[in-house]
Amino acid sequence: MLEITTTRHNPLVDPVLAVWSWEIPVYLFIGGIVAGLMVLAGFNLLRLARGDDPRRFFSLQAPILALVLLSAGMGALFLDLAHKLYVWRVYLAFEPSSPMSWGSWILLIVYPVLIVSALIRLDASWPWLGARLPAIRRASDALLAQPGLLRAIAWTNIVVGIGVGIYTGILLSTMVARPLWNSAVLGPLFLFSGLSAGAALLHLAARIVPSGPAPTGLIGGAFASLVQRLGPSSPEPRTADAIQRADLAFIAIEMALILLLLIGLLSAGAAQIEAAKLLVAGPYAWAFWGGIVGAGLVLPMVLQALELGHRIPHTVVPAVLVLAGGFALRWVMVVAGQHSSLIQMAGN
Amino acid sequence: MARYGMVIDTTRCVGCMDCVVACATENDVPHGYCRDWITTEVSGTYPNLRMEIRSERCNHCDNPPCVSCCPTGASHVSDFGKIVLTDPAKCIGCKACVASCPYGARFVHPDGYASKCTFCEHRVKEGKDPACVSVCPTRCMHFGDLDDPKSLVNQLLQSRKAKTLLPEAGTKPRIYYLV
Repeated sequence: MLEITTTRHNPLVDPVLAVWSWEIPVYLFIGGIVAGLMVLAGFNLLRLARGDDPRRFFSLQAPILALVLLSAGMGALFLDLAHKLYVWRVYLAFEPSSPMSWGSWILLIVYPVLIVSALIRLDASWPWLGARLPAIRRASDALLAQPGLLRAIAWTNIVVGIGVGIYTGILLSTMVARPLWNSAVLGPLFLFSGLSAGAALLHLAARIVPSGPAPTGLIGGAFASLVQRLGPSSPEPRTADAIQRADLAFIAIEMALILLLLIGLLSAGAAQIEAAKLLVAGPYAWAFWGGIVGAGLVLPMVLQALELGHRIPHTVVPAVLVLAGGFALRWVMVVAGQHSSLIQMAGN
Repeated sequence: MARYGMVIDTTRCVGCMDCVVACATENDVPHGYCRDWITTEVSGTYPNLRMEIRSERCNHCDNPPCVSCCPTGASHVSDFGKIVLTDPAKCIGCKACVASCPYGARFVHPDGYASKCTFCEHRVKEGKDPACVSVCPTRCMHFGDLDDPKSLVNQLLQSRKAKTLLPEAGTKPRIYYLV
């Protein structure tokens, strides 16, 4: 028997660590979506550079959507800070051993990449702005005229997107004190979850935005520029199906990575096994099995496979489930990870 | 330069919490928080039980995860005695250091910055012991330079059996417990 009592009573530290609330899961979730959108937008930019008609497929607006989402995510990150007035201190230092420092500087690279990428089609997707700021139209035309430059921007999106996606997992995984996070699988897991959520978001946007010409005014045009497909024609069914097919692959890889994460934890030391038990049998089991695995992975996978096989009509349900599952993954990992700790074992 | 550490004799500690009160008073620790605390560990099977009482705090690790995860350099190892400190003027309150500590030694001060034991750096600079050490009625706590072979802490570590907490974390803690 080993009975440990302590007089420590610090708020948010005892009885279990709870310093990170909803803000960090929201930021990690949005960061993952932005990473996914960047990679998907990169591949679509490659199509554009090849000379495909951009009005025949969507997600070229993804950089604009990603810009807005990233800012919202950074807003959540800011809300999490307990010493908010000192936030500028992050940019007075680069600490190579701190994933958070890397992330802060990487975000400074992401913004210009997204802005340049957004400029490519901003004029076409938000004519109101293009008509008033001719510079935007000129920038857009200049970028579109150079396939080599488009290819470079595309690959920058893909590489930076993968970096951001992995970083959101590495942020947690470097902490030896939290056994549930202390796995390198977390980086790729969050990357593929982000890719899946990014694909789901594009899918959702394509489904819920009404067909027909996009609004062109100030407000309507701004909203339309985020999600509306360009031009009068609908995206090719092949493109829509391709996004769903890609999502199926992302979900399958995500499942494999979750399995690897659990195998890694369950085959390690006592603290890691206790951490894994929090997910598979403990207080977070309902959220893990029901939210992440059941509703977030298995169900959308089955539904999307049936939709692609034309056995059931296409709906927004799988996309909504994937997004909810992606958030559940971040929420459960952040909360349960803080719950997990190195533990003293009975020596006798 | 010194490398300060503590040696605490668990066979003498009675868990009176004088160290906890002295710390809160000396360092103006906000109400409801603590920089040091008492852990009581009972092991064995009745009637063969063993109890160990420990005064715990930041371990001022040689390999501190709270310093390596800090994005601003607010968490740092001081030149004076290799004490692990936080500079409130650099801390953004991201709480990564609080999450990274295997010992749960850090907390978020109500003013927003990360806080914890400082080994009473201000007292040590004046040649005094940390407040917790100076008030201990059983004299179970000893503070000194671990790099000085002649220091009392090193003599105790050479003559008695000692352990550190969670050595498997690889943080190389500098609070030793005599058992």
